[in-house]
Amino acid sequence: MFQAVSVIATLVCILSTAIPAAAADTVDVKIGYLQWIPDPGSILSNVLPEPEDAGLRGAELAIADNSTTGKFLGHNYALVSRLADSRQTTVDAFKALQKQGIELFVVNAPADTLLALMDNANADTLVFNAGAADDSLRTRECRNNLLHSVPSYAMLTDALNQWLRLRRWNEVFLITGSTQADVAWANAFRRSAKRFGIDIVEDRLWTFDADLRRTASRELPLFTQARDYDAVVVADVRGDFGEYVPFNTWLPRPVVGTQGMSPVAWHRVVESWGAAQLQSRFYDLAGRDMNDADYAAWAAMRSLGTAVTQVGSADAKSVRRLIFSDRFQLAAFKGRKLTYRQWNGQLRQPIPLVHPRGLVATAPFEGFIHPLTEMDTLGFDEPESTCRING
Amino acid sequence: MKALLKKTALAALIGLSAPTIASVAYVSNEKDNTLSVIDTETLKVIDTINVGARPRGILLSKDFTKLYICASDDDTVQVLDLATRKIIDNLPSGEDPEQFALHPNNKHLYVANEDDDIVTVVDVTTKVVLAQIDVGIEPEGVAVSPDGKWAVNTSETTSMLHWINTKTFKIEKNIVVGQRPRHVEFSKDSKIAWASAEIGGTVHIIDVDTLEQIHEMSFKVPGVNQDRVQPVGIELTSNGEYAFVALGPSNHVAVVDAKSYQVLDYLLVGSRVWQLDLNKDETQLYTTNGVSSDVSVIDLEGMKVIKSIKVGRYPWGVVIDPNS
Repeated sequence: MFQAVSVIATLVCILSTAIPAAAADTVDVKIGYLQWIPDPGSILSNVLPEPEDAGLRGAELAIADNSTTGKFLGHNYALVSRLADSRQTTVDAFKALQKQGIELFVVNAPADTLLALMDNANADTLVFNAGAADDSLRTRECRNNLLHSVPSYAMLTDALNQWLRLRRWNEVFLITGSTQADVAWANAFRRSAKRFGIDIVEDRLWTFDADLRRTASRELPLFTQARDYDAVVVADVRGDFGEYVPFNTWLPRPVVGTQGMSPVAWHRVVESWGAAQLQSRFYDLAGRDMNDADYAAWAAMRSLGTAVTQVGSADAKSVRRLIFSDRFQLAAFKGRKLTYRQWNGQLRQPIPLVHPRGLVATAPFEGFIHPLTEMDTLGFDEPESTCRING
Repeated sequence: MKALLKKTALAALIGLSAPTIASVAYVSNEKDNTLSVIDTETLKVIDTINVGARPRGILLSKDFTKLYICASDDDTVQVLDLATRKIIDNLPSGEDPEQFALHPNNKHLYVANEDDDIVTVVDVTTKVVLAQIDVGIEPEGVAVSPDGKWAVNTSETTSMLHWINTKTFKIEKNIVVGQRPRHVEFSKDSKIAWASAEIGGTVHIIDVDTLEQIHEMSFKVPGVNQDRVQPVGIELTSNGEYAFVALGPSNHVAVVDAKSYQVLDYLLVGSRVWQLDLNKDETQLYTTNGVSSDVSVIDLEGMKVIKSIKVGRYPWGVVIDPNS
């Protein structure tokens, strides 16, 4: 069953009253948003909980953004959102919305759910992945009608390794948690480390199950004993133990990775390139700061809006064609125009490196060169992926 | 020496309280909440004025006695008296004013309210808000045509130019341009409007009679990644010969033949060049460089950068007082 059903049609109505349209034909653009976030299990460092509506609120903001543009052109946007509570209900909701005639979707769900859903997709249905960072979706498990607005783990860890290289922190101590996501993140990190010449001097699994809020100061120094390293890298995607690593390492070294300084799609501290405006628009809507899940959903919805504005139609085929043409460019507050990779449908994007209260740097960095665009130094370049979704 | 004599004489005339003597440029420093005052003869900062929070757009009154300042985070437009360099008034500007333009009547100020998706028109003499016009998301650039007929506003996220009739305060036309349009500049005869699109990397040339685009310019700075070529500020010489386009993080200003729309040269300036202004006799161009926190001065005769002047953090706007 659905935990909540929110339809944003009312919001769209308010926005579309004011100004007469400049263009001729009215276009109705209905976009489905599906979300399923599995329970992450009990988390040790749950002092500051993550918002439960992460993703959804980004989609809501984007549909309002799309509507403001649409009102000048006679394009009416509607968001139909469904928050599901299992893989099956997500797929069911997807099927039901397709039956209603919706063919544009943004999905914030785990990779296996996303693939199950794609198995039920009509030929023309266009789906944006705004939740699953899994590298396999970009290298092997591609679908012609599946695009990714959320950066892959590889993009995040490439960004981090470029920075480690830049700072010449060439030797790192890697700690990996026990979840599937932790392992996936760590695998991505190992690949990136090799790529950018970073040496993983220790590679350890975190298996302790004591409550670190009592004993972090005793356990972590021992755990991080090693001859020497320049930084500690944590792979703890759900935020279980990672928050306790900084300042508790054997050697006085910085902590990076999923905690400490992290590569992210988005964070409150990003404010350049007009981002301050997006941040404040989001805060007004949601009453909290915009996070990376919100950003991925927002970017997907805005990709659709930008394409519809250009094509003048909401037909999924035409929208897809435009997105992969050189006429497409997404302005997304990251200081560059963003485009989708032809081979696997991944949205190219700069990756901010942040700590909880500030921006450290933004990858890609100067000096990491690429024959076509330096943005493709982050994540899987064409030769590294078996996907060819555009033939 | 001559200049010095002139200055002294002028100072004597105006009296001791008046700090304005040489021709000066005003620069708004977005992160410092100050204005830097640059002497255009010595090319030195001679004063720093505390203003409201997050000053961005600045412009001069038509009689050059006042400077209007968008104090974005204070949600107000401040009025600086140039003779005393004191803030003498605040105008009701709507929330988060970013850029604005003054109608040739010296009364109607068109203010882009970035967070509210509106353009506010305020009468600067009566402080009455005359109209609030719904526009696209993140309204940014504003320009009023020299003949006073049109006010144009760019909305960054909606990627449009909104053409506002200055008699009715109603939008008469919306033109979709490249992504993130930032700035509009009219030719002196009001016949041509130039609009920059930051993320699109383009400058759009609009014929004002037909309100149609007649040309689209793009830029290729040698040795700079195309992503980083992001047009923002535009400045036109009054003889219709040149256009200058600030190209943001490519750190270059394009010199353009304003008749053929061909790029003649790219001049290297400071980091993330934003806004531009010409001095009175149009022999020098000043650029604000947001990231390197300085102002570059370009000599137009040799088309060379002759000086960079350290100002406050994140310099945003620059205007040169032709009367001083």
